[in-house]
Amino acid sequence: MTDKITDIHAYLGEFDDIPGTRVYTAKRARQGYHLNQFAMSLMKAENRERWKADERAYLDEWPMTEDQKLAVLARDYNRLLDLGGNIYFLAKVFSTDGLSFLQAVSTMTGMSVEDYQAMMVAGGRSPEGVRSIKEHR
Amino acid sequence: MARITHGIACSHIPALGVASDFDKWEDPYWKPIQEGFAPTQKWEAENLPDVVILVYNDHASAFDMKIIPTFAIGCGESYKPADEGWGPRAVPDVEGHPDLAWHIAQSLILDEFDMTIINEMDVDHGLTVPLSMVFGKPAKWPVKVIPLAVNVVTYPPPSGNRCWALGEAIARAVESFPEDLNVQVWGTGGMSHQLQGPRAGLINAEWDQMFLDKLSGDTQELRHIPHIEYLRETGSEGIEMVMWLIMRGALGKETRELRRFYHVPASNTAVGHIVLEPVNGEVPPSTTVEGNNAAAQSLID
Repeated sequence: MTDKITDIHAYLGEFDDIPGTRVYTAKRARQGYHLNQFAMSLMKAENRERWKADERAYLDEWPMTEDQKLAVLARDYNRLLDLGGNIYFLAKVFSTDGLSFLQAVSTMTGMSVEDYQAMMVAGGRSPEGVRSIKEHR
Repeated sequence: MARITHGIACSHIPALGVASDFDKWEDPYWKPIQEGFAPTQKWEAENLPDVVILVYNDHASAFDMKIIPTFAIGCGESYKPADEGWGPRAVPDVEGHPDLAWHIAQSLILDEFDMTIINEMDVDHGLTVPLSMVFGKPAKWPVKVIPLAVNVVTYPPPSGNRCWALGEAIARAVESFPEDLNVQVWGTGGMSHQLQGPRAGLINAEWDQMFLDKLSGDTQELRHIPHIEYLRETGSEGIEMVMWLIMRGALGKETRELRRFYHVPASNTAVGHIVLEPVNGEVPPSTTVEGNNAAAQSLID
């Protein structure tokens, strides 16, 4: 245990060493700004209506990249994380679809909802082997 | 004089709010959690404070990506439950304590914690779920609440060390408030959970229990845990536990555990809960020029 962060590059570099995890860094926040603000707009009922009526047209009102728009349309949440999405903002999209956190989160794991829920009830995913890519622990 | 009487930590999983709002506690999935909190509800009724300083994080409700305050204190008169996309929770409005909140805000700023001051905002499940877990479903919350929002979403969040030190500064601020008030400090969020990516669903009960163990006694080990350890050991959202350290720091040098509850899972998350009492509530004196400047301090209302 140490609280001495002496080099911001080393601090950020360690985040890429965690398997299956995208830490929401400033870089991602910048990349995903409009994506996340689009998702935030779905907090308003009138926006949800317009979104449901024509998703593509709604997305085209936002200065997002084509990749981001396609990933939203495909509800590809892992891809959206890679493109700067943050899970609490993306939650506005899956909530509008009527999905719970558990249902939406399971889609990122490659497991069925039932298998994922069973894993959680059995105590969750063990940290064993998924702490560090470099150190295989 | 106002005084800090106890500290409480509690997960703020949205599904717990759903279980409370839709009366699901008798369901076998939720029953163990209801039983885990029942003694706390009874205890809290017997040890009811006047004010709770409630440390939590907003989840893209009051704050979006436009403004990301690291530490924000609510100085408003009241706060409505936020509409998080499916209508606001059917829980009472949260009544603030503007006089104490402004007093704390002034004191913290002179102590070199550069707080953001919020006078109007809605509060999401991060704040209202712990109230439901500790108070159940009253027609009106029995305490006033000072919301203290921490950014734990966009990296970097504050360090555990900074959070602990903020807690100590809150203790100094409360102690210098002239009104006779009992104050609890609550830390919320956690425990281990990851809501994103292929590693989602991570739970680390052993680490969580270690964290719970070290909240009591006089050890300050927890303040030195780096972000990367939370991320590796407790999942990407386990970082919320730094907010518990604000509560712990505010309780001073030594604490005693009064009760604890731990359960896996609620939805994607490990439910953790602890009640702490200060044994020696002493905190270090302010280290700042203005914190030690009698003229500056006398300006604080």
